[in-house]
Amino acid sequence: MKVLVAVKRVIDYNVKIRVKADHSDVDLTNVKMAMNPFCEIAVEEAVRLKEKGVATEVVVVTVGPKAAQEQLRTALALGADRAIHIETDERAESLAVAKLLAKVVEEEQPGLVVLGKQAIDTDNNQTGQMLAALTGLPQGTFASEVAVDGDKVNVTREIDGGLQTIALTLPAIVTTDLRLNEPRYAKLPDIMKAKKKPLDVKNPADYGVEVASKVSLLKVESPAERKGGVKVASVDELIDKLKNEAKVL
Amino acid sequence: MSILVLADLHEGQLAGATAHVITAAKAIGGDIDVLVAGDSVHAAAEAAAKLDGVSNVRVADNAVYAHQLAEPMSALLAALADGYSHVLASASTTGKNVLPRLAALKDVSQLSDIIAVESADTFKRPIYAGNAIATVKSDDTLKVITVRTTGFDACPDRERDSGSAPIEAVDVVVENSQSCFVKEELAQSDRPELSGAKIVISGGRGMGNGDNFKLLDGIADKLGAAIGASRAAVDAGFVPNDMQVGQTGKIVAPDLYIAVGISGAIQHLAGMKDSKVIVAVNKDEEAPIFQVADYGLVGDLFEILPELESKL
Repeated sequence: MKVLVAVKRVIDYNVKIRVKADHSDVDLTNVKMAMNPFCEIAVEEAVRLKEKGVATEVVVVTVGPKAAQEQLRTALALGADRAIHIETDERAESLAVAKLLAKVVEEEQPGLVVLGKQAIDTDNNQTGQMLAALTGLPQGTFASEVAVDGDKVNVTREIDGGLQTIALTLPAIVTTDLRLNEPRYAKLPDIMKAKKKPLDVKNPADYGVEVASKVSLLKVESPAERKGGVKVASVDELIDKLKNEAKVL
Repeated sequence: MSILVLADLHEGQLAGATAHVITAAKAIGGDIDVLVAGDSVHAAAEAAAKLDGVSNVRVADNAVYAHQLAEPMSALLAALADGYSHVLASASTTGKNVLPRLAALKDVSQLSDIIAVESADTFKRPIYAGNAIATVKSDDTLKVITVRTTGFDACPDRERDSGSAPIEAVDVVVENSQSCFVKEELAQSDRPELSGAKIVISGGRGMGNGDNFKLLDGIADKLGAAIGASRAAVDAGFVPNDMQVGQTGKIVAPDLYIAVGISGAIQHLAGMKDSKVIVAVNKDEEAPIFQVADYGLVGDLFEILPELESKL
């Protein structure tokens, strides 16, 4: 079966972000960008399914600016077979991305779609669930284990109290949690080979999808700073401070 | 305006998170109905009816809603949503699983993890692992929202003599042939639930191994605290993942958070920096955790923890 993976270009997870002076958004100029960590895990899972002989082809897709093609090339270097870039400079909200991905699902007819559980920039945790709703497919979110078994997939999910396993009929949508796998690094020869793999460029109008959203971003501000505390010299001093100064014991 | 709140359940009982979501609903304003959906959830419905501010409790008691799988739950909510201006749930793994699916079924956006209500259509939510706060306005006719419970206090129970909200059965039964529950492995603990605990003590990679987490047990018992962990400790296999505090784990805001052997990566701070008082115990005095800690103790946790336990 074919596996479709959605990836997103985001600010590198190690970067300390800056809010723009006019509070319109976070400043992304000259900031290191990378593939969203949860998306890397999604690519890895798809490539592993191919290595196991479960998947026949891995198609990777992204919605975003031209520069997002770097992340598609990364996915191709990691083992994806071909890529689709839906190019837009607009701020695409989860619902618009899900609508675009739903069109790709309709066209490509994958047996399984794998996405990250959330992007570390917007922290929405929505797109996979929305895609499942729009395509009418079942969903296995926050997956820490994915086992394809004939026309079903067993997904072990990380839930608040522990783990839950559900069985979904294929085709299905899966979103990855951090513990699903350990993504590999791309080797130089694979990076070179990835440059020759097919990458289709489309735009939202090709799919007849409006990217504009009914949610507007009014303001972005820094959170309240915690003021620096004090160092204590001993356990006794710590307990004393917690009892008498902070009054939390 | 009227608001539908999806009740959180824990092993069939009403979970504490629901009372926090009611407070967020009160800040929006309007009639507040609570939907309790599951299998054999009568007790949870009665508990919800006692919460202050609840107008009606609607109960969908059917085997198809057992374990609150996303497909039947979102179909149920979609069938009920038309009479409401807002649908709210806590940003628990259930809320996060079900509400975006509902939003897409209704062709509206979803707002995740709100921490403040500015008005009925404008909300604040953290982005970039809590390093920025976004104010967002939704012009959708139906607002579908998950609520970060640490952003809102729990609403109290009603006054004893003011009775309870009426409970009515919802007879919407949906079909679900796409997904089925196989099994659950829930971590057993006598300690308070991590996200609701007044005191949390967490261990990181500095704990060295899983056995050393026992050093936290005695202190947690004396303080009535929950035990958490950093992602590094979870990834190293020291403790199960449901103990993880951070951007991708649980968000906590206790009165006292004690971080032991945790360096304080951005992703961990995202889960605990709204705690009232933060204590850090770390042998590395340059560790970033000290920049947010109210009280820092530099030293070897293997000496400090036993001493702390004996002196509490």
